[in-house]
Amino acid sequence: MTTTTLAVLVPLLPFLGAVAGLLLGRTAPGFARPLAVLPTLTSLVLAALVAVRQGGDAAVDAATELTPTGSVPIELALHVDGFAALVAVLVGLVASCVQIYSTGYLRDDPRYPSYAALVSLFTSAMLLVVYSGDLMVLLVGWEVMGICSYFLVGHYWETPEARAASLKAFLVTKLGDVPFLIGLFALATDAGSFRITRVLGAVASGSLDHPTLIALLLLAGVAGKSAQFPLHTWLPDAMAGPTPVSALIHAATMVAAGVYFIARLLPVFEASQAAMVVLAVMAAVTMAGSALAALAQDDIKRVLAYSTIGQLGYMSGALAVGDRGAAVFHLLSHGAFKALLFLAAGVIIHAAGTNSLAAMSRMRNLRDRVPDAYWTMTVALLALAAIPPFSGFFSKEAVLGVAEHVVTGHTEHAPAAAGWIVLVAGLLTAVLTAAYAMRLWLLAFRGRGAEAPDHGRQPLTMTVVLWVLAVPSLALGGFTFRLLPDWFDGRDLGPTLTTSVLGTGVALVGGIVTYGAWRHTTALAARVPLGAVAAHPEGDAARVEAEAIATHEPAYGDIAYAPDPADPGRLLLGPLHRHAAAGFHMDAVYTALFVRPVQAGASLVRFLDREVVETYVRGAGALPRWLGAAVRRAQTGNVQTYVSALLAGTVVLAVAVVLVATGA
Amino acid sequence: MHLAYPAVLSALLFCTGLYGVLARRNAILVLMSVELMLNAVNLNLVAFDVWLSKTAEETLHSGQALTLFTIAIAAAEIGIGLAIVLAVHRNRGTADIDKLRDTSELHDPDGPDSDALAAEQSGEAQKAEATA
Amino acid sequence: MTLATTAAHLTAHAPTAAAETHGFLSPTGVEIAFLLVGLVTFGAAIVTVTTRQLVHAALWLVVTLGGLAVEYLLLTAEFIAWVQVLIYVGSVVVLLLFGLMLTRAPIGRSPDADSGNRWAALTVAVAAAAALVWVVVDAFRTTWIDLDGPAAGSTEATGASLFQNWVLPFEALSVLLLAALVGAIVLSRKAKAGAATAAESTPAARSEKSPRSEKGPRSEKEGTS
Repeated sequence: MTTTTLAVLVPLLPFLGAVAGLLLGRTAPGFARPLAVLPTLTSLVLAALVAVRQGGDAAVDAATELTPTGSVPIELALHVDGFAALVAVLVGLVASCVQIYSTGYLRDDPRYPSYAALVSLFTSAMLLVVYSGDLMVLLVGWEVMGICSYFLVGHYWETPEARAASLKAFLVTKLGDVPFLIGLFALATDAGSFRITRVLGAVASGSLDHPTLIALLLLAGVAGKSAQFPLHTWLPDAMAGPTPVSALIHAATMVAAGVYFIARLLPVFEASQAAMVVLAVMAAVTMAGSALAALAQDDIKRVLAYSTIGQLGYMSGALAVGDRGAAVFHLLSHGAFKALLFLAAGVIIHAAGTNSLAAMSRMRNLRDRVPDAYWTMTVALLALAAIPPFSGFFSKEAVLGVAEHVVTGHTEHAPAAAGWIVLVAGLLTAVLTAAYAMRLWLLAFRGRGAEAPDHGRQPLTMTVVLWVLAVPSLALGGFTFRLLPDWFDGRDLGPTLTTSVLGTGVALVGGIVTYGAWRHTTALAARVPLGAVAAHPEGDAARVEAEAIATHEPAYGDIAYAPDPADPGRLLLGPLHRHAAAGFHMDAVYTALFVRPVQAGASLVRFLDREVVETYVRGAGALPRWLGAAVRRAQTGNVQTYVSALLAGTVVLAVAVVLVATGA
Repeated sequence: MHLAYPAVLSALLFCTGLYGVLARRNAILVLMSVELMLNAVNLNLVAFDVWLSKTAEETLHSGQALTLFTIAIAAAEIGIGLAIVLAVHRNRGTADIDKLRDTSELHDPDGPDSDALAAEQSGEAQKAEATA
Repeated sequence: MTLATTAAHLTAHAPTAAAETHGFLSPTGVEIAFLLVGLVTFGAAIVTVTTRQLVHAALWLVVTLGGLAVEYLLLTAEFIAWVQVLIYVGSVVVLLLFGLMLTRAPIGRSPDADSGNRWAALTVAVAAAAALVWVVVDAFRTTWIDLDGPAAGSTEATGASLFQNWVLPFEALSVLLLAALVGAIVLSRKAKAGAATAAESTPAARSEKSPRSEKGPRSEKEGTS
């Protein structure tokens, strides 16, 4: 088979699996698991094969035009370069792990077949985005991902949090997608094609008329999809979905699609200096703010969600300084260790029966209950905090190194201002990242108090994938940073001395300070009893998680916040803690800016509908009713009346006919 | 003889019968009026038959044959009609047309049982046919 | 002779010959007799539909039907005239009188012989009469019936045409009469059963009388035809 055929099969197989799963899910539930796992695994193998065949050489391009579609043609096009090949492998790997993990995690869930089919459909859409060489086809995958995310976040639709979160995720991403669509049209109009290769050719020849406008419109969509400031607010709430979904969609793949999109079209953005600076500012605000917020969260998954936003900020930062190699490098390593973090968090939530770090910090020996999760999560947290030699170190140093290059004027791609912004924000975020990683680890695994509940061993399907993902988290960066430039643009991705020392140093400082703070506050933990544990610890992990999410707000008064004086984050952040826990009140801002006006408009419309439109409707109903009542009176039951009317009509008609016939 | 004389007489008789059908209260008087109308038609048939048989040398005598048929059918109709009227009278105790108002939209206070209703309705239908 | 040729004959021949020889108001003896009997007939018909005494209405109906029989005679349709007398005057009116008695119609003046519909009925009837008379007079004011020569409706002519050209409908009519006979019996029987179950104010004699009174004219009718 040619590489093109293989590449077509990669997105196609999960799609067919999804269709089959949806069709057979109810009639033959026994097939749901094989139909979920096997196509994804096969497409992982095929994606790896495509990557090997492509081998970082010239991009594989293939296109076919199904039908003429007007002025700008839309083609089914493939564009497999080094970025696409490697990202597809990552997507396949994470999706396979998540599918396997889900078979254990949603073991007793009656809605498992539709869930698995949606995950497969999502995987297919993401692979389509990765491989697509046509912007319209890419958009199809982009939107399918959005709708899958909506359904999967709302998987526990019995809980109000999940319902609200799924709606919020859908609306906020759509808020970005509308300008994104307009931007795509503007880009295609300027470039005369939706094909990525031709768009890039047009950019290279300088025939783009409105680069800043297009770049900013596209940035809006990217901000929505990749959860960048100011459209990031949906991602923490999306943690109301099942943990595997968080791992796949909201950590490793879908949110990376925005970054990947910019990486593909980076020359378009580079054509506008203003867009690059905006991207840099966006990245800086995102990473610093989200790291602060992560330090204050109580829900373990929300910590990870904010951390995801921050790491995506790193990738945006790398793009803002014009190096897509570093961005995609970080995307790959982050995809691996963040998926691992989420999956391990799912195991921990199941074992502890709660998603609250405050409650976990009051449990002794939680790490002995879940040794696999403990060790793999430690690896992943070290990778997150960018401690050498874990993979996160290399990818993050690549980003910081590029920023430093720009600052020192070694490249001409990006403005120096962007470099400064990214470098400073990146170093600040490195401190905070290490701090919240340390806090998470200490609170989850170093708890004191009552013995952690024993729910028996975790299912094998859930623990094995942790170790599978731990391998790239541990070794991906160190082994590949020399190989990857062959696949990417050829720029060196190795860590430079300055940024390595700086980055590792600040990370160590962050970690040690957090440890100190924890030592100081942990004595308070015994005094304030806290904790909410799921009511059905013997249920499968998904049920425990749904109950944990549902009980968090009643137990602590807020979905993200717990009044826990033993929290080291509280000591570190001081007065900022309250605002950070609420995500710096972005939701309140949105409420004031969008929700309230929309609600006011809705109530106005409702008033108009009830009082004005309905009056006409009622009038339209009343008039025939009165007429009907009048006509009913004629229905006397007296046959003679009827016959009289009938004959009178006959006479009138006859006279009329005679008059017409005689021409009178 | 002018054809207009029997034709006009027939028209007048027909309209008299029409008035009787529409205005009389007793069902048997209505039947009488129906007979009047039928007879008016018969007069028409006979007059035109005589005219045609002379003027157009028509030998079928279709008008007179039809008159005979009409007379026979009218006799049958009156028999059936009277039977129905008697049945209604037995069930309702009245043969007044304007008291039989079961098809009325408004509520009928002295509503009859459903069997009588069905019988009466079929009677009304047949009478309407006969009138038409 | 087919209908089409008849019509062609009519348009070609009738108006010219008739209009020339006979004026609109040039009464012959037959016409005067027809007019007078017609007035009596029409008057009796009016009384029939307006009188307040129900039995009188039936009797005035006899006058009307008899007058019509005379009109048939004047139109030379003698067989029709005798059938008219036999069936209508002889049986139908008797049947109607039976009906009146069986429904216990009041003897003497009844104040409510007319329903509330009478003004509407009058309007419709007068309008219909005006329209019909206008059309008929307009169409046939010059048309002349030639009553001389052999009678058009003699028993011989009627019988010949009836048993030569109209045999099949004639036989079909007998089936219809049979059906009517059966129908009348069924209706009477049902009424009898209903009366028996109701068991109130319905003497058995009366319910037995009605089928008999219906059968009588029926057999007579078949005898005539």
